Amino acid sequence: MAETPATAPAPKRWPYVIPLVAILALGGVFVKRLLDIETGAVDPKLLPTVLISTPIPDFDLQALPGRGQALSRNDLNGEVSLINVWGSWCVACAYEHPVLMEIAATGEVPIHGIAWRDEPAKSLGWLAKNGDPYTRVGQDPASKAAIALGVVAAPETFLVDKQGVIRYKQNGVITRADWEHKIRPLIAQLKK
Amino acid sequence: MIIELGHFSLVLALVVALVQSIVPMVGAARGSAALMGVAKPAALLQLVLVLTAFFTLMYAFVTSDFSVVAVYQNSHTTKPLIYKISGVWGNHEGSLVMWVSILAIYGASVAAFGGNLPPTLKARALAVQGMISVGFIAFILFTSNPFLRIFPVPENGMGLNPQLQDPGLAIHPPMLYLGYVGFSMAFSFAVAALIEGRVDAAWARWVRPWTLAAWLFLTFGIGLGSWWAYYTLGWGGYWFWDPVENASFIPWLTGTALLHSAIVVEKREALKSWTILLAIITFSLSMLGTFIVRSGVITSVHAFAADPTRGVFILTLLAIAIGGSLTLYAIRAPRLQVGGLFAPISREGGLLINNLLLATGAATVLLGTLYPLVFEVLTDNKISVGAPYFNGVFIPLMVPLVLLLGFGPRLAWKRGDLAGALARVKVAAGGAVAMVALSLLINGAASVADVGGAIGLGTAMWLGLATLSEWADRVKLTKSGAFARIGNLPRAAHGMTLAHFGMALLIAGVSGSCAWKQERIQTMSAGQSVEIGGFTITFEGVKMVQGPNYEAGQATMLVAKNGKTVTTMHPELRMYSDPPQQLSYTNVHTTFGADLHAVLGEAQGATESFTTRFYYEPMTPFLWYGVLLMALGGLVSLTDRRHRVGAPQRAAISTGAALPAAAE
Repeated sequence: MAETPATAPAPKRWPYVIPLVAILALGGVFVKRLLDIETGAVDPKLLPTVLISTPIPDFDLQALPGRGQALSRNDLNGEVSLINVWGSWCVACAYEHPVLMEIAATGEVPIHGIAWRDEPAKSLGWLAKNGDPYTRVGQDPASKAAIALGVVAAPETFLVDKQGVIRYKQNGVITRADWEHKIRPLIAQLKK
Repeated sequence: MIIELGHFSLVLALVVALVQSIVPMVGAARGSAALMGVAKPAALLQLVLVLTAFFTLMYAFVTSDFSVVAVYQNSHTTKPLIYKISGVWGNHEGSLVMWVSILAIYGASVAAFGGNLPPTLKARALAVQGMISVGFIAFILFTSNPFLRIFPVPENGMGLNPQLQDPGLAIHPPMLYLGYVGFSMAFSFAVAALIEGRVDAAWARWVRPWTLAAWLFLTFGIGLGSWWAYYTLGWGGYWFWDPVENASFIPWLTGTALLHSAIVVEKREALKSWTILLAIITFSLSMLGTFIVRSGVITSVHAFAADPTRGVFILTLLAIAIGGSLTLYAIRAPRLQVGGLFAPISREGGLLINNLLLATGAATVLLGTLYPLVFEVLTDNKISVGAPYFNGVFIPLMVPLVLLLGFGPRLAWKRGDLAGALARVKVAAGGAVAMVALSLLINGAASVADVGGAIGLGTAMWLGLATLSEWADRVKLTKSGAFARIGNLPRAAHGMTLAHFGMALLIAGVSGSCAWKQERIQTMSAGQSVEIGGFTITFEGVKMVQGPNYEAGQATMLVAKNGKTVTTMHPELRMYSDPPQQLSYTNVHTTFGADLHAVLGEAQGATESFTTRFYYEPMTPFLWYGVLLMALGGLVSLTDRRHRVGAPQRAAISTGAALPAAAE
């Protein structure tokens, strides 16, 4: 029969509830994910890098003129260190800088800098103005080290262990929370 | 001062949207014409206010007012004007303002041109539009304010990612949003119809033009984005099954289904609750598509800065909009009166299968996109779902759809004549078989790609011939007076022919490029040559050139075919200054039926040799012609007289009683 006569039994209701149930289930997954991000259990910005757990690539960078303390692959052996890729042109780096100063002040880990695509004078001026958290600084105007390290955008920071193996990579600014909850515990573990 | 004016306008727009969402709804419930009448001026006023905010922001970008955070973070004085303007929507905050602007444009259009709508349906639909506005304007004002100032004012901006400085990409988001947001009309009409408890042929007729407009913009927008990737990324690919691409493709699939199921509602008063569900789902997926990547829930290379606090707000909004409408659906849809049952061999039967295949296709893409997230949330392990899954699941679904597509328009409504229809597609079937044979003969059958490509081309030929012959039969092309009949044929029929033929071209392009794409990657020094796709490319060396906001190494490459020079290509490796970023500029040489891409890579050591990449893309241009024809088909169909005249009020009293039963 084509039409539903007025006396027909009421149509089944449950099929019409399926879309709602499906979307609620999906919503549950989304909420769980957001909570995970909120609590730091999951970091959506963490792009899996192929370099994790591999030895840091070879590079040899010159020191900033007058500052001394050049940076090369061989300088990294024997101690846990952070390598921060930055530039005086990089605005996000300015946000990150106070946190790097705090980390340097703890004395728990040396921070080495790679001055990426920058003029030495500008790099030096920036450090003079904002403070210098770095132990060693290598200048990388032609992206030699940056390309080997697969740097996409400054700032990026690598945590390297005593054997020179990359253990962690931070894309973008290190926040205090990143330092306290991720990087600091990892350093303590690697130092053992 | 002007900036604050924009901010103030947006706050006022929120207030107006609140009024628009409450007063007409109350009016419709009480049957008060005065209260329902508020909807029209409210929708028009909202448009004025939201556009004021939008153009204020554009003014800030054009004048490089770096005291505005959004301008500072996304613009730069050295940027060409077009990219200052496109910078408005090239960021999270600005793109949201554009989103609500387009929403207001659609709402105001219904208010202005919907004179023949039943007053209660119009009032309720506009009230629902108002609610969507309230949600998203509040989202802008509370979490993503584009008018935020900074002090001290920076000297210059941070610039726009040079990869995004491309004319195609500049107009890509507006097109995409015109599509996404356009589906809000179908959504609002669906919710209004659920509240009214009535869906009939007239309702389908009102919804169809809005869906059609949204669909054509979305088609064009997706095509544009894909074309951009193809021309600029330097890998010759055009579709990567990335979450953001999928997010636009899923509503396209359900929107296409909606477009077709609305026809069944209009002609046969059937598939009503399914059509309502499609309308709700399509806009829900559009919202999901626009916003899910911004909440940080799904990571994508295309995503704007992800921010969990925004994520909470977005999810709450989506939960209210989608959960609310689906709850209403669960309550009201069972009571929608069902129309006539129908025979499987009929136009409506064909459209039903079309809907099932499109919806299943949408579901598989959605599943593949969300599966990694669901998997990680449930098991804490990361997996990724890539092209093999999508190609493996999606293509087998599309093949029967395309076969049906050549056949369906031949079937009559209510009771199709299978034998007759089969007899009339003999030519198309023969052409398809001939195409497969021809392809196997020319390209061989040595590999899976060769066979797959041959089948793809055969399918394209089938659809192309079937579509054209259906059109030719309809206007009796070979008999005298064909011109008059072409003129008399409804525009919607021409539109269908164009869109289906476009689909055939698209399939040809995809098949050709998937099966027979060639690539050569090598190190070259001046004077060396490479053969690809019948072309001989000779590398002549690299010189430095200065662009407006970059400097580049520019290569010269002579392209010859059969010993004759065809063209000279100049791919570049560019170094942009603000922000500093290295980018290769791909040079594409296009012929009618194939494209040749040349990409210049890094210099190798201190020598004068460079990495170069060449891609030969056979038939890929057909893909772009196909997309354009599909969008054009939508446009032609939109100009159909029926849409302008509008349906008479309550053309059919909705129960199936007025219609003869098709199957007893």
